[in-house]
Amino acid sequence: MIPPQITRLSIVFAIIIGVFLVLRLILTPVSFGEKGHYRALALIDNMDHEMHYMGNESCQNCHELETEMHASDLHSDLPCEGCHGPAYLHNSKPDSFHLVKPEGRQFCAKCHEQNAARPGDLINQKIIAEHNPEYQCIECHNPHKPWE
Amino acid sequence: MGVKKTKTDRREFLEKLAIIAGGVIAVSIVKPFGSILFAAVKRPETGPWYGMGINISKCIGCGNCVKACKSENDIPNEPFFFRTWVEQYTIKNDETVVVESPNGGMDGFSQSVPDEEIFRSFFVPKLCNQCAHSPCVQVCPVGATFESPEGVVLVDSKYCLGCRYCIQACPYGTRFINPVTNVVDKCTLCYHRIMNGQSTACALVCPTGARIFGDINDEEGELHAFLKENITHVLKAHLNTGSKVYYKDLSPNVH
Ligand code: HEC
Ligand code: HEC
Ligand code: HEC
Ligand code: HEC
Repeated sequence: MIPPQITRLSIVFAIIIGVFLVLRLILTPVSFGEKGHYRALALIDNMDHEMHYMGNESCQNCHELETEMHASDLHSDLPCEGCHGPAYLHNSKPDSFHLVKPEGRQFCAKCHEQNAARPGDLINQKIIAEHNPEYQCIECHNPHKPWE
Repeated sequence: MGVKKTKTDRREFLEKLAIIAGGVIAVSIVKPFGSILFAAVKRPETGPWYGMGINISKCIGCGNCVKACKSENDIPNEPFFFRTWVEQYTIKNDETVVVESPNGGMDGFSQSVPDEEIFRSFFVPKLCNQCAHSPCVQVCPVGATFESPEGVVLVDSKYCLGCRYCIQACPYGTRFINPVTNVVDKCTLCYHRIMNGQSTACALVCPTGARIFGDINDEEGELHAFLKENITHVLKAHLNTGSKVYYKDLSPNVH
């Protein structure tokens, strides 16, 4: 004979476990646990973002002159979009989305300002405040071909 | 009488001890402890396993990567939260270390310590270390941050509660609350780009190739070669986070 309190307790336990299972079914998000302790669909969410940087090759066809000059001199390792910003909108609609044309001496100084942390063999540095301060850099150096 | 009682007690005690010890051994054989399993997770033998190499002696501190990361991932320029940023370390002759990162390095650096006081100075780009045993993943109460099958630590922004546990847990300080979405944000290693066969935005715009994005499992790949040809270190190796951002020429002063 099973004592009555055990029967009653079993019913209570059965209800608790049942409620837990139902709640779990309702509250667990779709695709949770398919690949691990996370929503597998979150992988797709993370992939669902437009690429903004298109690479140097994407400019070639429309800007032959700049591409050619750029490739022929010491700035050839600099990506176009590093100076001009992300081009995804410009590439598909160049007339309505303009890229920045960087201006000012401070722009070149980001790379060329004398700094003890900059490896001298990788980048030639100037004390910008002393290097022809009365002009803009691009009046003497073509940004695409600095030694033109 | 008292003597007899002690005897049965001792036998019972020994029996219980044997049961507990046997139980522990049985459990460890049947199902190894979670933590042991976790630390033993190996990278997959097939498929990509992404990481990044950083060549500190090639970094010129131009901040292109910081800017590109913000634009690529639509992170607002201000307030100053960064998925990747650059720090300038300056070790002075008196052995004190100055660490600077004005605006995360986004607008370049200007040297603040005069030349004659400098012993050595260098730039250190930082980003999420894409740990294989991430402390941030372990603490998330809802499974909203996880390691993808490719070894990239991602955030599920739809399920993140914004509880900030992971921000505290990250030993590298790479997580923040995105001021627009109000949930946690971090470097995704440009998941949307790399899964389409492109490089990350930061590596793309680097003028000197100081950042090398790649697949560690790809034996012909650039990152594999970088790791093979150079001596590299990871940040905070003693924490055993399984970091996959490998620094060449890392100075022990960097934390
Ligand atoms: C589909 C052709 C096309 C592609 C691809 C393209 N551009 Fe352009 N770009 C144009 C045209 C056309 C203009 C002139 C727009 C105007 O003046 O209204 C222009 C103008 C520019 C300007 C000057 C903006 C200004 O304000 O005067 C820059 C800088 C530029 N492009 C950079 C780039 C870069 C960098 C890339 C590659 C990432 C690129 N473009 C790709 C067609 C293109
Ligand atoms: C060092 C940074 C830098 C890089 C790298 C660079 N540019 Fe430029 N670019 C500039 C600057 C600065 C100007 C503005 C020149 C001016 O105002 O005369 C400019 C102007 C332009 C213009 C507009 C020219 C005009 O006459 O208005 C185009 C188009 C252009 N760049 C395309 C490119 C392309 C394509 C690449 C890659 C092959 C590239 N740039 C790489 C700095 C750069
Ligand atoms: C993203 C970083 C970056 C920016 C911005 C940049 N440069 Fe450069 N520049 C370089 C690198 C890298 C080199 C090639 C290495 C070297 O200096 O020998 C270089 C080379 C040069 C050189 C040739 C130096 C030599 O060794 O003979 C000149 C001149 C120059 N740049 C001028 C400019 C000017 C002017 C601007 C602004 C329009 C500019 N740079 C912007 C990175 C940059
Ligand atoms: C008046 C014209 C002029 C202007 C303006 C000018 N430069 Fe120069 N730059 C030169 C000449 C000439 C040289 C070569 C002689 C020398 O090294 O001083 C040179 C050399 C350089 C070099 C190479 C240094 C080396 O040791 O080989 C760099 C880098 C450079 N300039 C960057 C810049 C930057 C950045 C700016 C803007 C802040 C700028 N220049 C403005 C004329 C100019």
